[in-house]
Amino acid sequence: MNLSRKWLSEFVDVTVSSKEYDDAMTDSGSKVETTYEPSQEIQNVVVGKVLETERHPDSDHLWICQIDIGEAEPVQIVTGAQNVRVGDLVPVAKHKSLLPGGIKIEKGKLRGVKSNGMMCSIKELGLDLHDVPYAIEDGIWILQEPDAVPGADIRPIIGADDSIVEFEITNNRPDCLSVIGLARETAATFGRELKLHEPAVKGGSGDIHTHLSVEIANPELCPRYTAKMVKNIKIEPSPRWMRQRLRAMGVRPINNIVDITNYVMLEYGQPMHAFDYSCLDGGKIVVRTARDGEVMDTLDGTPRTLTKDMLVIADACKPVGLAGVMGGANSEITEKTEFVVFESANFNGTSIRRTATKLGMRTDASGRFEKGLDIENTYGAVMRACELVELLGAGEVLDGCIDIYPNKWQQPVLKLEPERINALLGAKIPEDFMVQTLERLGFVVDGDQIKVPSWRGDVEGMADIAEEVGRFYSYNKIEPTLFAGAAQAGGLTERQQLERFAGVTLRGMGYSEILTYSFISPSAYDKLRIPADSPLRNGPVILNPLGEDTSVMRTSMLPSMLDTLGRNKSVKNEDVKLYEISKVYRNQAAGELPDERTIIALGAYGQTGFFELKGAVEALLKSLRVNGAEFTAQENNPSYHPGRCAEITVGGKPVGVLGQIHPKVAAAWGLGETYTAELDFADLLSVRAAEGVYVPLPKYPTVQRDLAVVCDETVTIAQLTGCIRKAGGALLKDVTLFDIYTGSHIPEGKKSTAFALKLRADDRTLTDADSDAVMAAVLAALKDELGAVIR
Amino acid sequence: MKEKLEQIKAEAIAALNSVDLPADLENVRVRFLGKKGEMTAILKQMGSLSPQERPVIGQLANQIRSEIEKQISDTAARLEEKHLEERMKKEKLDVTIPGTPVAFGHKHPMSILLDEAKDFFIGMGFTIAEGPEVELSVYDFDKLNIPEGHTVREWQDTFYITEDEKIHLRCQTSPVQVRVMEKQKPPIRIISPGRVYRKDEVDATHSPMFHQIEGLVVDKGITMGDLKGTINALIRYIYGENSVTRFRPHHFPFTEPSCEVDVQCHVCGGKGCRVCKGEGWIEVLGAGMVHPRVLAGCGIDPNEYSGFAFGIGAERLTMRRFGITDMRLIFENDMRFLQQF
Repeated sequence: MNLSRKWLSEFVDVTVSSKEYDDAMTDSGSKVETTYEPSQEIQNVVVGKVLETERHPDSDHLWICQIDIGEAEPVQIVTGAQNVRVGDLVPVAKHKSLLPGGIKIEKGKLRGVKSNGMMCSIKELGLDLHDVPYAIEDGIWILQEPDAVPGADIRPIIGADDSIVEFEITNNRPDCLSVIGLARETAATFGRELKLHEPAVKGGSGDIHTHLSVEIANPELCPRYTAKMVKNIKIEPSPRWMRQRLRAMGVRPINNIVDITNYVMLEYGQPMHAFDYSCLDGGKIVVRTARDGEVMDTLDGTPRTLTKDMLVIADACKPVGLAGVMGGANSEITEKTEFVVFESANFNGTSIRRTATKLGMRTDASGRFEKGLDIENTYGAVMRACELVELLGAGEVLDGCIDIYPNKWQQPVLKLEPERINALLGAKIPEDFMVQTLERLGFVVDGDQIKVPSWRGDVEGMADIAEEVGRFYSYNKIEPTLFAGAAQAGGLTERQQLERFAGVTLRGMGYSEILTYSFISPSAYDKLRIPADSPLRNGPVILNPLGEDTSVMRTSMLPSMLDTLGRNKSVKNEDVKLYEISKVYRNQAAGELPDERTIIALGAYGQTGFFELKGAVEALLKSLRVNGAEFTAQENNPSYHPGRCAEITVGGKPVGVLGQIHPKVAAAWGLGETYTAELDFADLLSVRAAEGVYVPLPKYPTVQRDLAVVCDETVTIAQLTGCIRKAGGALLKDVTLFDIYTGSHIPEGKKSTAFALKLRADDRTLTDADSDAVMAAVLAALKDELGAVIR
Repeated sequence: MKEKLEQIKAEAIAALNSVDLPADLENVRVRFLGKKGEMTAILKQMGSLSPQERPVIGQLANQIRSEIEKQISDTAARLEEKHLEERMKKEKLDVTIPGTPVAFGHKHPMSILLDEAKDFFIGMGFTIAEGPEVELSVYDFDKLNIPEGHTVREWQDTFYITEDEKIHLRCQTSPVQVRVMEKQKPPIRIISPGRVYRKDEVDATHSPMFHQIEGLVVDKGITMGDLKGTINALIRYIYGENSVTRFRPHHFPFTEPSCEVDVQCHVCGGKGCRVCKGEGWIEVLGAGMVHPRVLAGCGIDPNEYSGFAFGIGAERLTMRRFGITDMRLIFENDMRFLQQF
């Protein structure tokens, strides 16, 4: 919201500097984004009167002009413009002057003739034909302004002597989207009087009721509709002061009637609309919802197909405006308009927002209505418009006012509770300061009763009153304290601690942490070779995604991990090891929230092979006290290499998967040999062992016996160690594989495996006979159960 | 005989002085002190001495013997020292050769910041609350006093999962606070850090997914002064002891009164520069006193309890902390980026 300080000064006397004004307003809650000072952009430009013109001796298009700029001697300026005549008043940029856009003008010579400055066009002064309708665009501006006398500063003439303050207005304060609203805040901030003005309309040109009737078919969507009429309109440009104020607030001047509606909207915060009465069939306005498929051209010339939830302003036959959004082209004010209806209405904010959003046409008016406007404001605004019509001599105002307002606003009454306010703020603000502040803001305080003004729909209770008081007292004056109350032990939960710990362990093993988007492209499941009917494809779908690539919530960490590995590969990062501890999202029954599961994902390429990755996973499991993990070959996981993938289970419960990514999948991500692991964090925690209790160190020595057996290649190491463990009994404390060998001396289809066995008794030193017995039992079992024979 | 002994001693010392190898030393020892050595041979002749001479010569012989023994052990020590020195000379390394690489991974800068913030609040007695990211609108909007029709509910701002707008991707971590307040009686001191989603196109300062750290304190007698004290402590922890804050009135549906907090620009000290876009202040967070309607909606009596809440965007903090200039780097996870932390 832009605010002209000049316009503001009509309502409140505040003469402080921009900096002081901005800081104080920001402190009281009207945040100033920036202040624009047009006077800084134009310097040393004055009015000049052309005294003489003569042709340049060496040019057929240049003119040498002598110009009176209110100084002792006229200045000589050479111009290429052809519209300058003796006696004309023109803007003159003197030697060492500044024009908008940072353009500097200095004296010089044009084809050998001295030129001590420049005469300006409207464009060179940052203006266009909306600002100066009588000027021409491709020539010098011949001034027709009464205050244009030679030597006069051009800035007041073009309205560049103003400061434009840009405010950030929060959604709850649509009343501050107006000069009066900001004037009220200004008055309260600086402790000055707010000078409001009651519009006075002479009227006397017939009665509105003989021409127009208004009916509201949907009062819940239009709680109030106020209208006045004006006849014998003369459409012309509005006066300079009005054009300049509109421009200062960022609105383009059009003509007197349109400008008046915009002027009132800016001043009162009440959007207005003007209809050409001659275009209204039946002398009637009906506020109703549109019929499905009804079509209307809006003012911007676009045909709009309406639906039955959209509110329109219609005449007896057709819609003539999209309520609160934009008028219809069929009733637009034109050069020929003679008779107008001014509409000043209150509409349901949500309905306006939906309509505007649906049609993709957010306007200044709809942006205001959707925040919920002051229902008491419509009458004053329409009267102000009529007052301006009379002031500008733009037409004759009819007597009477149509004001359909079935449910009158009831003023809310709150209780003033100074102690509670101070208790909430942690301050000691005196009661009389509270009362004074509230009254400056338009509240009526009567004893402990606070009557809330109609434009403050956001004030509903004690906390809101505390905010009003607090912000004018200044939040920055509230003493910072630290809350008391019973001491509480903060901390991480066990799960949160373990999540951190898992990260520490993984980083210790060389894996770096990544952080990826939770949403992925659905095409990732094709790249992962996931079957069409797989539940993995059933993740939450974003109905309004930014794009296909971020349109479904991931059900697997693999796409994010492979994306990241692929990106690293593409920039030639070698030997990459990554992990992420993050969520996947799996749909549950309709209407239920998805199951969000935390997954530890590892991914690597470069120097990592299957067993390096498996080693890291095993170490991670061990560090989390997940003991007894079993790794079972998984040949049917479509995303993994069928011969290099293992399901990880603990006590029969699956907790994850690891392996080499299927070469086709890897290729789809631009990757070569790539390894990943996925572990479900909650599943891991569910099989986590209890904290260990100290076991006494062994008192008796350990005997190590090595064992090499030859067996079929298809027998797994897990089978062999399992068999050795079982047969070894209580004395066998540990089995470690230390060699696998195939090749010469070993028959085709066979392999040789070697294990180190650690034997120990807890109550005595083992004899050779003890050890021999264990080894014999182990060998016998290996032979019987797996056909493995000693080498 | 005396001369003979003196001569053996002189010969032994001479022999030992020229010994270079441990084997030679052993030869010397055998030659002089061995069973068939020169000393033994001399001593065998003791019988031929007179009773008067015998103790004198015997004493001298013992003296010389122990002299030689000492010389032998000194020589052994000398040889050992020399040997060690030679070995170490051979073992000399070029210490400028790089160490054997020990791989260690890097913590993501976002995690560094998030963990620090969590630790700060844990120190103040907070716990970490978590909740779903795919959330019910009841928790993310309704119970936070965000009315129907509020812009944040629009399809251009929020990612929706169901057509009836009942489920969407949470656009703040505040629903976690609601869930906690519904379950837990005051006193409540939590922070809820986590992923949130808003429909912003990706650019250097925006991302459709980002992280928030929100905090909530509810108890009897909690004031806006407490909010200021807590926020100031956090800001000093993150931006340094000399940070200056400014509390500006603002509006959020779920707090009343509400404020935004600015930190005085650390680059220009408040004068206005490029970093703070000329304002002298940098906006860092939003906060306020929990709206009475929010408390009541969670079954907490606003006449008995009050509370404050705040929310910070973690990406911006991380970027400022590490001087990261483009938010996209955070989610791209290029090793060359990750290795810097």
